[in-house]
Amino acid sequence: MTKAVTEPVSSGDRPYSGSLLEVEDLQVEFRTQAGVAKAVNGVTYSVDAGETLAVLGESGSGKSVTAQTIMGILDMPPGVVRGGRIRFRGVDLLTMPEAERRKIRGEGISMIFQDALSALNPLFPVGWQIGEMFRVHRGLSKKQAYAKAVELMDRVRIPAAKQRLRDFPHQFSGGMRQRIMIAMAIALDPEVLIADEPTTALDVTVQAQIMDLLAELQRESNMALILITHDLGVVADVAHKIAVMYGGRIVEQASVFDLYAKPAHPYTKGLLDSIPRVDQKGQDLFAIKGIPPNLLHMPSGCAFHPRCVFKRDNCTTDVPALLTVEGPRRSACHYSREVLDGVAG
Amino acid sequence: MSDPVTIQTAGVAAGGEVQETTAPGSGKPRSLWQDAWAELRKQPLFWISLALLAVFIVMAIFPQLFTGKDPAFAELRRSLEPPSAAAWFGYDLQGRDVYARTIYGARASVVVGVLTTVLAVLVGVIMGVIGGFAGGWVDSLTSRIGEIFIGVPYLLGAILILSTVAPAQENPGAVLITAVVIIVLSVLSWPIVARIARSSLLSVKHADYVLAARALGASPGRIIFRHLLPNSLAPIIVVATISMGSYISAEATLSFLGVGLRAPVISWGIAIADHTDYLRTALHAMLFPSIFLSVCVLAFVMLGDAVRSALDPKLR
Amino acid sequence: MASQDDVILEVRDLVKHFPLTQGIVLKRSIGAIKAVDGVDFDLRRGETLGVVGESGCGKSTLAKLLMALERPTSGSVRVHGEDIASARGAALKRMRRNIQMVFQDPYTSLDPRMTVGDIVGEPFEIHSEVAPKGDRRRRVQELLEVVGLDPEHINRYPHQFSGGQRQRIGIARGLALQPEIIVCDEPVSALDVSIQAQVMNLLDRLQKEFNLAYIFIAHDLSVVRHISDRVAVMYLGKIVELGADAEIYDHPTHPYTQALLSAVPVPDPRGRENRERIILTGDVPSPANPPSGCRFRTRCWKAQEICSVEEPLLQVREGSGHPSACHFAEVHDVVHVA
Repeated sequence: MTKAVTEPVSSGDRPYSGSLLEVEDLQVEFRTQAGVAKAVNGVTYSVDAGETLAVLGESGSGKSVTAQTIMGILDMPPGVVRGGRIRFRGVDLLTMPEAERRKIRGEGISMIFQDALSALNPLFPVGWQIGEMFRVHRGLSKKQAYAKAVELMDRVRIPAAKQRLRDFPHQFSGGMRQRIMIAMAIALDPEVLIADEPTTALDVTVQAQIMDLLAELQRESNMALILITHDLGVVADVAHKIAVMYGGRIVEQASVFDLYAKPAHPYTKGLLDSIPRVDQKGQDLFAIKGIPPNLLHMPSGCAFHPRCVFKRDNCTTDVPALLTVEGPRRSACHYSREVLDGVAG
Repeated sequence: MSDPVTIQTAGVAAGGEVQETTAPGSGKPRSLWQDAWAELRKQPLFWISLALLAVFIVMAIFPQLFTGKDPAFAELRRSLEPPSAAAWFGYDLQGRDVYARTIYGARASVVVGVLTTVLAVLVGVIMGVIGGFAGGWVDSLTSRIGEIFIGVPYLLGAILILSTVAPAQENPGAVLITAVVIIVLSVLSWPIVARIARSSLLSVKHADYVLAARALGASPGRIIFRHLLPNSLAPIIVVATISMGSYISAEATLSFLGVGLRAPVISWGIAIADHTDYLRTALHAMLFPSIFLSVCVLAFVMLGDAVRSALDPKLR
Repeated sequence: MASQDDVILEVRDLVKHFPLTQGIVLKRSIGAIKAVDGVDFDLRRGETLGVVGESGCGKSTLAKLLMALERPTSGSVRVHGEDIASARGAALKRMRRNIQMVFQDPYTSLDPRMTVGDIVGEPFEIHSEVAPKGDRRRRVQELLEVVGLDPEHINRYPHQFSGGQRQRIGIARGLALQPEIIVCDEPVSALDVSIQAQVMNLLDRLQKEFNLAYIFIAHDLSVVRHISDRVAVMYLGKIVELGADAEIYDHPTHPYTQALLSAVPVPDPRGRENRERIILTGDVPSPANPPSGCRFRTRCWKAQEICSVEEPLLQVREGSGHPSACHFAEVHDVVHVA
């Protein structure tokens, strides 16, 4: 772990005592013809070296937009960052000049996506694409870059790496393509890896391989991992802590064990209750009623109130803040105490 | 604050599935065509082009509304007289009123543009649908036939055909001359429509809703007319609108080259051809027909653009 | 439970090979993709048979064969004793009334240019003998109500509905002809997590109400278990294990089933460090060129010489109380080990 010291992007001489990556009160909007959509509305989370943070949410919850904003790859326009800070080693990425930020991308923070096929350039051999990271960022020669690429392909366990160096993306299976993307993402030893639904497009046995690989790489290099997913099973398998997002906000934050044992937000509770269990066979599953909110027409008060079984009058008018319920866990519900104690619902 | 939340959860679990009744932004029933129309209505470009085309179409049907003069009446002594209060656009080489001839010229252009489009779309869609739906050797056959026509450079082909199969009669009538031009233009351009119809059809042919219809036992006719055609029509409409303008300019070009329309037909292309030699001395004789031709072609192209942006779901 | 007389669907030795050809004008065959390669099973009235497997295992092709949307290379699909796979014309059309389908993607399975009333009413237009013309609107509204939609929305278009609601429209269309069998091809996998349970409950309720038999194809094993009475596990075009849900989930005997079950992440972090995980190596081989003998042997930790020579048949074995296609079938409860 001597790398952090020699890293040119580290924040000067001052040692930084806070978290490795901190997102604070982030606000992102999309300006569309139909109106303004608040995709991310005051999101705060942090992650440390060696830690896995799972960001759980459905489509439109803002989980991917937050990640894209961290990476600085959000399409602007229509996206606009309205406020907040994203600190990497204490330095705000949002106020940083683009040239410096580009250096952090890949070397400090990198990202893998759901669709590996469209994330890879179909016109270049995979070895060339992996090697490009070293040619551009480290100024290695073509030959050295190829050698590094083989090394990385071995590291992500692509069989016969040397022979496959000059193959094109379409010649690999879905799982192998995801490995190639992971190889590119970890090429420059980033300190934070953001994985946006990395296994959603894959079969379960391949998913298990990829999650296994990510865990191993994390152990090897003590990376921080932000895992963005909608899969409650994957989260339970690998996460240390969880942020549950709904309608652009974090509605619950907790350690993985606390959250699964006893959710403190009605949405989380609803999600966990709707998982089919063996002893429920032949019975109705618990179903959260209604549909996810439309970002252009957000419900008043708590965005979840139209679907909530705990709803009372003030839920339709007052937006609940994300407050500490117990120990390190936080929930954005007026009645989180009751949800936690299982009074109803 | 502490009173227990008295909501019967069992009821929610069972009833929950029925409660998903309000979709986001749902309101009155509105089809995709209606959506496209609403989109189209918002565009100034659409209204401008539509107004221009309306003028040209009225001009084509009722030229008398615009001018009381006879476009065929020639007074040689007035040959190439410049514009005046009596003749706003001046006189042409034969001493005919340029304004009257330009007004009457709209008919040939509009007729050629519209009828060529109708014919090309008709043949193109039929061939494209047959090929796309049947697949296999039928598709290969229709595609190859189309390629034969598409392989010939458009204008060269038209010149070639028109100069060889020109009406055998000594003095063919206006209708026959126009018909020949229309047929030649459509013969050379239907493969473009066929190609678009085919690829558009293929893109929806394997959609799940077509599979669902097949699983219900729907006949091929039903699948084509109820599902495939309505869903592959949009790009065909766009290309038809835009190509109307290009047929008009093709007609003008051919007429200018002397192989397209000929007297007694009155056409902008002919007027331009007749007066190229007098460009310096009597610009007006070809200037006004040229302006009308350009504006007319432009109006169709603008309309096509407007329709394209309204129909293209990717832009919405 | 159900007697043999209740069998309404019999699939026998079903095979579908898609020929691979080369050349544009003169096509010559250079092999075949063996998408479905010898599948047998029965389906009884009111029963749900879950079909699980990974992409490329042939489960979607199987669905199309059952629906007679593809013609099999060989084998039969008998509905009430009549072979739908070889039926044509009017006979096929009549048989279709008995077997309908719910599709995976609610966004592509509804014609965007038709109203909900036209979509749900299309079965009646095609099979005009089912409902007289004047009665159709009422029947469509009834169907919408049955699947939990507002019957007043009959004139709306699909894009005015959410994903879950669209799936309900697709289900209503499938129900219109009152079939006995519905093939559900991944019916909830395209939906948001919080919506999946709603649609699962609906399918469950409809099954009880109309005594439907389901072929429930999915890759989500917990969803399949919830709804299925029996489960078939497919690998490279073949069923490798078939049994009651508890037999498959609690006493799997085929190594592939065991690997599949162990790979499914359990939504409970307790004991995750000690959970047994069988991580398979490599990828699924190409169905154009499957391994000799047992198709799973290239990824199997139990493979021995016999596996490459002799193809294991799907049958009850010494180590397996239910049909399993493994020479070394043996119960190994992967899920409950921890």
